[in-house]
Amino acid sequence: MFPKQDFIERNAVLLLVFTLLTIAIGGIVEIVPLFTIETTVEHVKGVRPYSPLEQRGRDIYIREGCYLCHSQQIRALRDEVERYGHYSLAAESMYDHPFQWGSKRIGPELARVGGKYSNEWHYAHLRNPQALVPESLMPRYAFLADTPLREDDIQDRMRTLRIVGVPYTDEDIANAKADMETQASPAADGAALLKRYPKANTVPGDGKRPTEMDALIAYLQVLGTMVDFADTSTEQLQQ
Amino acid sequence: MSDLAATAVPAFAGAAAHSRAEVTYNEAIVKKCVIAAMFWAIIAFTVGVYIATELCWPQFSFGLSFLNFGRLRPVHTSAAIFAFGGSALIGTSFYVVQRTCRARLFGGDALASFVFWGYQLFIVMAALSYVLGYSRGQEYAEPEWHITSWLVLVWVCYAVVFIGTLFKRQEPHIYVANWFYVAFIVTIAVLVLGNNLEVPVTVFGGKSYTVMAGVQNAMIQWWYGHNAVGFFLTAGFLGMIYYFIPKAANRPVYSYRLSVVHFWSLIFLYIWAGPHHLHYTALPGWTQTLGMAFSIMLWMPSWGGMINGIMTLSGAWDKLRTDPGLRFSVTAVGFYGMSTFEGPVMSVREVNALAHYTDWVIGHVHSGALGWVAFISFGAIYYLVPVLWNRTGLYSTRLAAWHYWIATLGIVFYITSMWVAGIMQGLMWRAYDSYGFLQYSFVESVVAVHPYYVIRMMGGLLFLTGAIIMAYNLIRTVCSPTTARA
Repeated sequence: MFPKQDFIERNAVLLLVFTLLTIAIGGIVEIVPLFTIETTVEHVKGVRPYSPLEQRGRDIYIREGCYLCHSQQIRALRDEVERYGHYSLAAESMYDHPFQWGSKRIGPELARVGGKYSNEWHYAHLRNPQALVPESLMPRYAFLADTPLREDDIQDRMRTLRIVGVPYTDEDIANAKADMETQASPAADGAALLKRYPKANTVPGDGKRPTEMDALIAYLQVLGTMVDFADTSTEQLQQ
Repeated sequence: MSDLAATAVPAFAGAAAHSRAEVTYNEAIVKKCVIAAMFWAIIAFTVGVYIATELCWPQFSFGLSFLNFGRLRPVHTSAAIFAFGGSALIGTSFYVVQRTCRARLFGGDALASFVFWGYQLFIVMAALSYVLGYSRGQEYAEPEWHITSWLVLVWVCYAVVFIGTLFKRQEPHIYVANWFYVAFIVTIAVLVLGNNLEVPVTVFGGKSYTVMAGVQNAMIQWWYGHNAVGFFLTAGFLGMIYYFIPKAANRPVYSYRLSVVHFWSLIFLYIWAGPHHLHYTALPGWTQTLGMAFSIMLWMPSWGGMINGIMTLSGAWDKLRTDPGLRFSVTAVGFYGMSTFEGPVMSVREVNALAHYTDWVIGHVHSGALGWVAFISFGAIYYLVPVLWNRTGLYSTRLAAWHYWIATLGIVFYITSMWVAGIMQGLMWRAYDSYGFLQYSFVESVVAVHPYYVIRMMGGLLFLTGAIIMAYNLIRTVCSPTTARA
């Protein structure tokens, strides 16, 4: 019936090779063009690498498994756009190592949560979500406010991100620690920080060194705010 | 006869060769895997019930970082897929490959032991790392770089043992179950390597950043993620149906031709299906369309496999009354058929618009994980324990029947509650009132699904209860004087 099959199933090497070839095709066709077709990720004005404090907040977001309950990808559907804002653009996650689009909304979508609530709301909500939203299923994250943010490895982290393609400059890396502390103390002069990371949102902090909660809130507050959709069309945003 | 050689039950195929030298098999390693599989099954189900409880009443995390849903959910998924499923797969593959090749495991007992203990160490390290706050942040691929590196080493040794055994076989044909095991082992290696391209921050630190970002990262993650389903949770376990169902029913596989078509079309089509996890996202539309089209095509080989499994019982249906292990296996094939029909439906873009991000997906996953993966493993383990420990049979078929009905009821609770919850969420999120405004706030959908979350938790509890009954039954099977051979 299947003369070739009869041959293959008598020979372990052939079985192995044909299996490998068979499973390789689909992946190659779907993945390789994403790196070669230029329009896969169209560059959009405003998208920048995360500030050191935001990036550390992102690391904490990943560590705590936030992506298991919150998505970060607004689909191009009418109700989603009305509920959460403009659908997510590919460029908006171009510096996300790894991406955090998620697959389940036990809690709401967060791709554009930045600026939607005040810093104070986030502090209170992360400490005790049910105090602000009684029906919420979210666990308490008060321990983040009690954990000082580890600052000594930020330059290692940024150098690693530079290796994988995030365009941090030498200057960005040299000033990383100072930028982190500036972003967590509203009294400090933020001009240099804002020049490097436009729209970076300063979080109040507790006046001492930044906590993990400061970092997480800095990250949440930048989500979806880099691109200005207010008075332009998508076409005009392209550089 | 040559047409049928690869699917004939090995006992029949071996009948002509009885004059050959007796081969002694490494069964000690299979025993270890069976014990590990049962141990991890109970851990995985317990953690699952616990996090399901947290979703009913969030105060169950007690404000403790290591009890939070976000850290425990990967413990549940890894324990279920990699620990329970993985131990069952490694154990059955070692059992099947030795007997269908008439050869002891390649590489000696020490290498097989290394594969077992190395794999268990991987699981323990991974679970501890999530609880302590280390994660790569990609679903089903959470272990950080040093743990994944260890897994790669163990997996290469596993491949060497398995494929090496194929090379030293005394049977002319490679039995069909082994094709599926080969596809599982080889493809998982490719997927893990492809999805774990990352640069560690420091050599001694447990933090790395992925090489890919954004869209490409998403595509590669779901190429990995969906084929972890396709090759870990499907191809490997299909290896089980092609051995244990014919063995337990004492019938040859229904159709050799169907096995060939099933195998090659399944492994070819599965790889394409990943993008159906990314409909309406920033992933280019052409990729989404390909993912959807191939997901629908995948329905056919999946049902080919189901038909092949179920029709193998032709002329032996009466055994379902007397053999509870076989009842689990056949029900598993039924659930496989149901899940592999539901999957293509959900992959259709317009259906996915409703289903994505909702609990419908969770229900779909569990009809596969509980109904298919766990049930086929239970069937294989009920078959294996009396054989491996040389007992006359199970301690109690009555207890096994209780397990069967309690677990089946648990699955029904689980998947029906998640269907209702998921479709309700999808409909509430897109509902408009008569003025054209969104009708519900997000949190209203959270409140609405609470009763179904409680039913889901109870379904999980039933499934766990069944597994505990099974463990008790198996321990008595091994220890009780009533099952001892004279």
